[in-house]
Amino acid sequence: MTAPKSVLRADLAVIAANVAPGSRVLDVGCGDGALMAALRDARGIDARGLEIDAANVAECVARGLSVLQGDADTDLADYPDKAFDYAILSQTLQTTMRPDLVLDQLLRIGRKAFVSFPNFAHWRVRLSLLWGGRMPVTRLLPVAWYETPNIHHVTIDDFRALLAERGVKVEQTWFLTGDRRTSAAAANFRAEHAVFLLSR
Amino acid sequence: MADTDPFLSAGNLLVLDVPLPLDGGQSLEGVRIAYETCGTLNADKSNAILLFHALTMDQHVVSTHPRTGKPGWWRNSVGPGKPIDTDRFFVICANVLGGCMGSTGPASAAADGTPYAMRFPVITIRDMVRAQIALLDALGIERLHAAVGGSMGGMLALSLAANFPERTKAALVIASTARHSAQNIAFHEVGRQAIMADPKWKNGDYGTGKGPEAGLAVARMAAHITYLSEAGLTEKFGRRLQDRPDGTKGAKTFGFDADFQVESYLRHQGLSFTGRFDANSYLYITRAMDYFDLAEEVSGGEGGGGRLAEAFAGTTARFCLVSFDTDWLYPTAESRHVAHALNAAGAAVSCVELSAPYGHDSFLLDVPALDRVIAGFLNA
Repeated sequence: MTAPKSVLRADLAVIAANVAPGSRVLDVGCGDGALMAALRDARGIDARGLEIDAANVAECVARGLSVLQGDADTDLADYPDKAFDYAILSQTLQTTMRPDLVLDQLLRIGRKAFVSFPNFAHWRVRLSLLWGGRMPVTRLLPVAWYETPNIHHVTIDDFRALLAERGVKVEQTWFLTGDRRTSAAAANFRAEHAVFLLSR
Repeated sequence: MADTDPFLSAGNLLVLDVPLPLDGGQSLEGVRIAYETCGTLNADKSNAILLFHALTMDQHVVSTHPRTGKPGWWRNSVGPGKPIDTDRFFVICANVLGGCMGSTGPASAAADGTPYAMRFPVITIRDMVRAQIALLDALGIERLHAAVGGSMGGMLALSLAANFPERTKAALVIASTARHSAQNIAFHEVGRQAIMADPKWKNGDYGTGKGPEAGLAVARMAAHITYLSEAGLTEKFGRRLQDRPDGTKGAKTFGFDADFQVESYLRHQGLSFTGRFDANSYLYITRAMDYFDLAEEVSGGEGGGGRLAEAFAGTTARFCLVSFDTDWLYPTAESRHVAHALNAAGAAVSCVELSAPYGHDSFLLDVPALDRVIAGFLNA
């Protein structure tokens, strides 16, 4: 058993705890493979990954994971329908060119999809904009507007609206502030981070 | 010097006692397979890695080459504590069928005692694999830990995994492709025409003496360009001129001597190649590479009708495909094409493009990211 490289990021820990053992998993934007390694080591799941950054893919392969170098915006089309039980998109939605199309692909490839993203309507972000008049640079959004990979900032309510428009069913939700779960009440104001489990 | 070399392994030779069937419909009697091993085969014979060499290389992976005196071609990556760790794995590398370093090829003696030359049957990548499956049988190895190869070696690794899926648990394919493109075939044809246009080729019947060295050297020069990147050539040579034998620094001769350093370098590459490689072998091996189209090979159809995913249907092997951003011979798109097919077949596949400045030859050179990928994939 290899020791986990680091403590799993909070949203990944939520996802890892809620993937059924033995299921087939595609992690889109899998980064350095932290979630995939945790799924393998803790739950015996043989996950597959898609990652845009070559250094990250090399790191994944060096961890013994199966990861393709590719772009969520263009390369999900190559996967067959319902090839996976879960398609996971963690902190990647807001970096894609067309989040709506990526969402469609996720729900085509996976029977269910986990989507996690930083909530742009969190009160700190609102305050920053309201009082500072500047694009916020916060713990979850640490990069200035001109170099951030987050090109489609989204709020929890925005995301819910997209789901409703596309007829996507919300199976379960989790809201996080820091590393702690927070209640669903006023999540759009209080949660820094959201995790959705979706199906169609 | 050579006998103090810790890597030196005695050359091994297997002679097949049954004819080897070939894709062209013929078969070859008494096939010889020259191979090198490194490391120790464990009791249940589960730690074997079969390395496949590229077009002009051979079984001398770690041992000193008997003709050039140079160290083995993949000493960077194979050895104790190296990415392909011979403290852990038993590494086998055989000279391919059609080669000229001890395995049966066009320079080998036919039944009448004279070299086959052009009487040698045209062989395929899968024929080369079949010969090495016979080697695995002889060594009692039912299933490899991994089949590994770069360039043409990657084609053999893919062909083995697709045609003999029960024989390997994993395939590591570096800077390679599942089919030769029109451009690949075109460059090879230039090389073959250079050889065949040399009057000393004599329709292949140059015997054991000096063959078409000028033609073979030109073939090597043309091919060598495809192994390097434009940026690499520019950095290494630019437009710099050679110093003249009389000591004149970098002056044009207004003639056709090798004025530019890049010309001199290529001429050297061409000439030194003729001392270690057989011209007819070059024709046969490049032909095998040009014929290679894995989808067609497995489905049996001609003209690219087969779907590559079908070539891998039901495979349980793990795959890893590595390409280099400066490789224009087998660019990343080729690896991705294979990865998509494997993905569609539900195989466990990784695919990564590494950044390295050396073009196609990057797989043989010092690229630390490649080391990490190789070790990670093989040790997983």
